Amino acid sequence: CFAPFLCLRPPQIRVKPDRTGVVTDGVKHSMNPFCEIAVEEAVKLKEKKLVKEVVAVSCGPQQVQETIRTALAMGADRGIHVEVSGKDYETLGPLQVSKIFAALAKKEQADLIILGKQAIDDDCNQTGQMTAALLDWPQGTFASEVTLEADKLKVVREIDGGLETIKIKLPAVVTADLRLNTPRYATLPNIMKAKKKKIVNVKPADLGVDVSSRLEVLKVDEPPQRQSGVKVETVHDLVEKLKEAGRI
Amino acid sequence: CSLCFQKNQELTDQQKEFQEVARKFAREEIVPAAPSYDKSGEYPFPLIKRAWELGLMNGHIPEDCGGMGLGIFDACLITEELAFGCTGVQTAIEANSLGQMPVIIAGNDAQKKKYLGRMTEEPLMCAYCVTEPGAGSDVAGIKTRAVKKGDEYVVNGQKMWITNGGKANWYFLLARTDPDPKCSASKAFTGFIVEADTPGVQPGRKELNMGQRCSDTRGITFEDVRIPKENVLIGEGAGFKIAMGAFDKTRPPVAAGATGLAQRALEEATKYALERKTFGKFIAEHQAVSFLLAEMAMKVELARMAYQRAAWEVDQGRRNTYYASIAKAYAGDIANQCATDAVQIFGGNGFNSEYPVEKLMRDAKIYQIYEGTAQIQRLIISREHLGKFKQ
Repeated sequence: CFAPFLCLRPPQIRVKPDRTGVVTDGVKHSMNPFCEIAVEEAVKLKEKKLVKEVVAVSCGPQQVQETIRTALAMGADRGIHVEVSGKDYETLGPLQVSKIFAALAKKEQADLIILGKQAIDDDCNQTGQMTAALLDWPQGTFASEVTLEADKLKVVREIDGGLETIKIKLPAVVTADLRLNTPRYATLPNIMKAKKKKIVNVKPADLGVDVSSRLEVLKVDEPPQRQSGVKVETVHDLVEKLKEAGRI
Repeated sequence: CSLCFQKNQELTDQQKEFQEVARKFAREEIVPAAPSYDKSGEYPFPLIKRAWELGLMNGHIPEDCGGMGLGIFDACLITEELAFGCTGVQTAIEANSLGQMPVIIAGNDAQKKKYLGRMTEEPLMCAYCVTEPGAGSDVAGIKTRAVKKGDEYVVNGQKMWITNGGKANWYFLLARTDPDPKCSASKAFTGFIVEADTPGVQPGRKELNMGQRCSDTRGITFEDVRIPKENVLIGEGAGFKIAMGAFDKTRPPVAAGATGLAQRALEEATKYALERKTFGKFIAEHQAVSFLLAEMAMKVELARMAYQRAAWEVDQGRRNTYYASIAKAYAGDIANQCATDAVQIFGGNGFNSEYPVEKLMRDAKIYQIYEGTAQIQRLIISREHLGKFKQ
């Protein structure tokens, strides 16, 4: 079971004039790259016959069906589209998504939830961890290697100091990091086969989840414009200028 | 009055997904590798193999032969994306479609299963063997002879400019079976499928061309080549119609390829124009340059619409000769214009091999020549147009 997020892929991010967020209209959305890696890992586990079924899950408006289809074309068996649209989608954050995943995991009796470590539009890096906490399941985050050993999962994690290897019991949550694998292309024959696979529509209310947000965005600003620098002729000038600016 | 073009303007989800795969493959894998293949002229087999694995090749092969039975429209979408990456690579791939088309439209079940089936089992190439040193546009002027001897035909002759000539597993061959010079073109020629390893088939050296240099183009000599009668398509004398009929389905993808090249020229030129400064501003802000870009954009959009129309018409089961010729003629011409304009926008850098646009100019030229020259297309279009007018 896993969750490909739809994330923004704009060539250039622009803040909305009312400063409540970034412009999303007409911006290309596609599967979050870390989630692509998660899908790939799940499909690989199925190919090794270590898992029986891979279910692709995504929360959002109608568009997310395309993302689920891509996951199906990569090898997932079926999809679940949790419908969240309009205002609810704008305020949908990691906590609500985690609640949805936790509810689904119980309903589907999933043994493993694998998702990208973070979405590249908001960089939250919270959903995997929160989902594990809500389910009281162990978690292996920032995974760069995942191996099934009997009923345990050996996860090599990328951490600041290097690599950490942990063993966690199933059922568990794993979040995928960059070096876990290289996602396959969906081949054209698989895209055609994916059309026959089922995507089921579900509403958060059906899962008993309230998606209202407890967060209020006060404002969104662009990062400060880069100030132009000053060229100096000599090292002496440089030192003088740094002293003037109070830096040394 | 003529039918209004009613194609739904939106691509289907599946078409968008196909296009995405082709686009990703072209931009991530073909684009970086293309310059070195252009320099070395080496056949891009690794890229072709990858395209085959992804299902981007052989799209027209019917489902009962292991293919996907894609329409021409879908094939064109893929072709444009691959051509964006490199038209040399794309031509090597497209030559398969051209070689296969006579078998798809005229082959019997046994021939289809045998020769199309094997293309879906491994990444094999095939070729369309019609042109000769002395006859290109004038197909009826070909001199390669096929003489019936018992249960075989014995073929002697010389073919030239055969794409994939040195890499093909089998060829579609057009040869003259009726020696009577008064016999009409529609009865004098026969189409054959020839296994490339048949004794007497001698591919010549790889030709060094101006552009699309990694594509394998050769002369082929046929010396007493024996072809079993089972490999005749339809029957003796049916060849000319088959050879020409293939073009209605292959010209739209060739037009799509030219459009892909033009699109690449436009994108490279636009990127450069937004980086390069002169007289205090980005060159894109000078009207001389922005107008060049505008005209390139006009041409690309119209070429795309033209090939889509031609492809859609034939997918609807209608005769599309008029539209296919228009698309091919126009796309070939604008590909050359856009490539030249791109070099112009790059200025001195454009003339240099470190920048990507001089290759586009060299690659574009052949689009006005192969698959029916720009002049032949105009002959066809005028004939179709006058024919409609007289009715």
